[in-house]
Amino acid sequence: MITLTVNGRKRQVNAEPDTPLLWVLRDTLGMTGTKFGCGAQLCGACTVHLDGKPVRSCGTPVSAAAGKHITTIEAIDKTEAGRKIQAAWAELDVPQCGYCQSGQIMSATALLAEKPHPTDADIDAAMEGNVCRCGTYPRIRAAIHKAAGTKGA
Amino acid sequence: MNRLKNPSRRTFLKSGAAASGALVIGVALPDAMAKMSVTTSMPNAWIRIGSDNSVTILCARSEMGQGVVMAMPTLVAEELEVDLNKIKVDFAPPGEAYINSMLGAQLTGGSTSVRDGWEKLRIAGAQARSMLIQAAADKWHVDASKCRAHNGVVSGPGGKKASYGQLAQAASKLTPPKEVKLKPPSEFRYVGKPLNRLDTAAKIRGKAEYGIDVRLPGMLYASLAQCPVLGGKVVSFDAEEAKSMPGVKHVVQIPDGIAVVADSWWRAKKARDTIKIQWDEGANKTLSTESAFAGLAQAMAQPAAQIRKQGDVDAAMKTAAKTLEATYEMPFLSHSPMEPMNFTADVRKDSATLIGSIQFQQAALGTAAAITGLKPEQITVRTTFLGGGFGRRIDYDYVAQAVLISKAIGAPVKLVWTREDDMTHDFYRPASLHKMAGALDAEGRPVALSLKMSSPSVTARLIPPLVKDGVDPLMTEAILVPYDVANQSVGTVIHDTGLRVGYLRSVSHALNIFANESFIDEMAHAAGKDPYEYRRALLEKQPRHKRVLEAVAREAGWGKPLPAGRARGIALMEGYDTYMAQVAEVSVEDGKIKLHRVVVAVDAGPMVNPNIVRQQIEGNIVFGLTALKYGNITLKDGRVEQTNFDKYLMVRMPECPVVETHLVPSGDKPGGIGEPATALLGPTVANAVFALTGKRLRKMPLSIA
Repeated sequence: MITLTVNGRKRQVNAEPDTPLLWVLRDTLGMTGTKFGCGAQLCGACTVHLDGKPVRSCGTPVSAAAGKHITTIEAIDKTEAGRKIQAAWAELDVPQCGYCQSGQIMSATALLAEKPHPTDADIDAAMEGNVCRCGTYPRIRAAIHKAAGTKGA
Repeated sequence: MNRLKNPSRRTFLKSGAAASGALVIGVALPDAMAKMSVTTSMPNAWIRIGSDNSVTILCARSEMGQGVVMAMPTLVAEELEVDLNKIKVDFAPPGEAYINSMLGAQLTGGSTSVRDGWEKLRIAGAQARSMLIQAAADKWHVDASKCRAHNGVVSGPGGKKASYGQLAQAASKLTPPKEVKLKPPSEFRYVGKPLNRLDTAAKIRGKAEYGIDVRLPGMLYASLAQCPVLGGKVVSFDAEEAKSMPGVKHVVQIPDGIAVVADSWWRAKKARDTIKIQWDEGANKTLSTESAFAGLAQAMAQPAAQIRKQGDVDAAMKTAAKTLEATYEMPFLSHSPMEPMNFTADVRKDSATLIGSIQFQQAALGTAAAITGLKPEQITVRTTFLGGGFGRRIDYDYVAQAVLISKAIGAPVKLVWTREDDMTHDFYRPASLHKMAGALDAEGRPVALSLKMSSPSVTARLIPPLVKDGVDPLMTEAILVPYDVANQSVGTVIHDTGLRVGYLRSVSHALNIFANESFIDEMAHAAGKDPYEYRRALLEKQPRHKRVLEAVAREAGWGKPLPAGRARGIALMEGYDTYMAQVAEVSVEDGKIKLHRVVVAVDAGPMVNPNIVRQQIEGNIVFGLTALKYGNITLKDGRVEQTNFDKYLMVRMPECPVVETHLVPSGDKPGGIGEPATALLGPTVANAVFALTGKRLRKMPLSIA
């Protein structure tokens, strides 16, 4: 058994230590908001926060997450940055198919928490790891600026 | 895809309200819905009204990003007179009423949803409203003309009021009116307004349910090893190690490969990776990119099926002041939606439940019935949100696999493909060759145009009866130029390269428009004319084309100076009844094309939701940019060489251009918007690169190296 702290709650899970955190969240804990996109840390759909930092849960063994605070899309609204990001996402109607948006929001929230006034270059750097096949990038950029109260190029 | 069954659509529209009523009312719905709460009434197949005044509108198209979950209910709600923000939307089960009249099937594709639903759904809303009003009038013993409906309440003389919830049961027993009067656009409350989408709230909280998120009691998880060469079969396999691994419940052979079923997906996948399989790789094991294109080139030497023959091209070529020739080449592409293929099936002795991300509900039902031997009425199909579709989920190979596995193990199972499975077992966007020849008179005007295309036919695989006299009606999309050229010869040659092919967003528009709109640019250059003015002069008989072309030139500042190192390109297309022109601004940085800005002028007719139209254009530009910069599925020894996003690259945030959309609607019928912008970006950018570098790029993906 491995003990995890997910969204502030202690959870005991029965999984091999090398199991990616993604599948423990999705299959063991039934928290399906975090998405599987590539399994190789290439697309960012599985992004969660470990102690506030964005990580790809598909490439994070569950053993490496033990003892750390795991935050997922289901509880990102408990952070100020998360609330601002979600509000901007809603106002600008960012999602299309929506599948990558959990990961996008987790990356954007981590950016905003670290840099309350990100530049376009900051946004490029922080969001480059998140693929959106529907192409919502223009609205993601605008929504991050809106959440930060900054103006884009 | 476009107009698979246009005649039936015309018939449908001509017969109007009465025919629509016959279609939507009194349809036998699957048991599961009929058995729902006794307090729910259905005045017709699109609307459920609860005695608690809840209103549910059924969306019969798959939501894969394009916004149907908003647009379809908007049309119903507009005439039903309910508060759009208070309704609930459910995805419709398979049913006769839900057939897409433009496609002849309950299928989401071809940017048809709004075009098909534009009248049908408003009529359904108006019929139900009329029945609710009649129920109130009957109750109050007054004439229905004295009653009005607004926000889910019917009001009558003397301040009488009754809610839809109170009236729904009586209304549902009434005969639907044969004729209903639809609102004039000036009275629209929701249609045409840039409203935010109803599905956004769930999607930003991780609460929207996609196929991959489905969970059933007792459900197991499957991972399937398929032959690395498409079409190959299992000869023998050794699964001893897999069977001893933790959580593994079953190892199942199905026609497509060997599935491991376990109590979690990761355990299933790990065990699958240990199975040693000997494959018979079959006929495709020598397939390569080179052999595929060699086949297409050989096909080019065959006689074409003529799509257009007008005037005398040969004679015009002989007497022309100038002639030019070029060949264009398009690669195979993968769909790669962000949600890999997956499906959940629960096959039992006398019933089956199918749940997941699908674009073709009837095919899921039909394939499950064929596999299980169950009757269609014993099978329940539930469509979830789709994590992208782009045409991949019109195919149903993964549905059949899940059904076969569940049937074999007698338990509910969720089959999930890896990204590698998804990329190497796609139905690929066909590659193509386009041989072009043109002739100009002494003033540079085009007097002859000859176009010949060779490509595999998706339709020949998926809907063979539609291919007639060697013509695949979807392969010829956008193949005819709108320009006034007296002598024209246009033809296609279908050639199966061996690689299985499927419909990808914008389908053949992307192939043909790249060749056509690049070549007209070549003709303008050969004539020494401005590419915008050259096109414009040839559009006197095409007012809608001309209008969007002029609009985009104006908005983009065509002809005005740009910073050093930048240039513009322009292109024009009609597709899905939508007229569009684009201008791209590009530069070359570190030997790579950089797209800075795209200006789009679009006439999509009346719009249900301009916000979604803009979303679709932005997204289509990114999708098209990925294709033109990176999109290239290559083959070696029968295997697709790209397996994940490290080799099949996607445009990411830093490469995303500024997209400016200008809506210039005309006409009284909507055009499709889910696909045209992605097709048109290719030639727009290639033309800009030519303007900048003098280099004509005739092969996708575009490379100036």
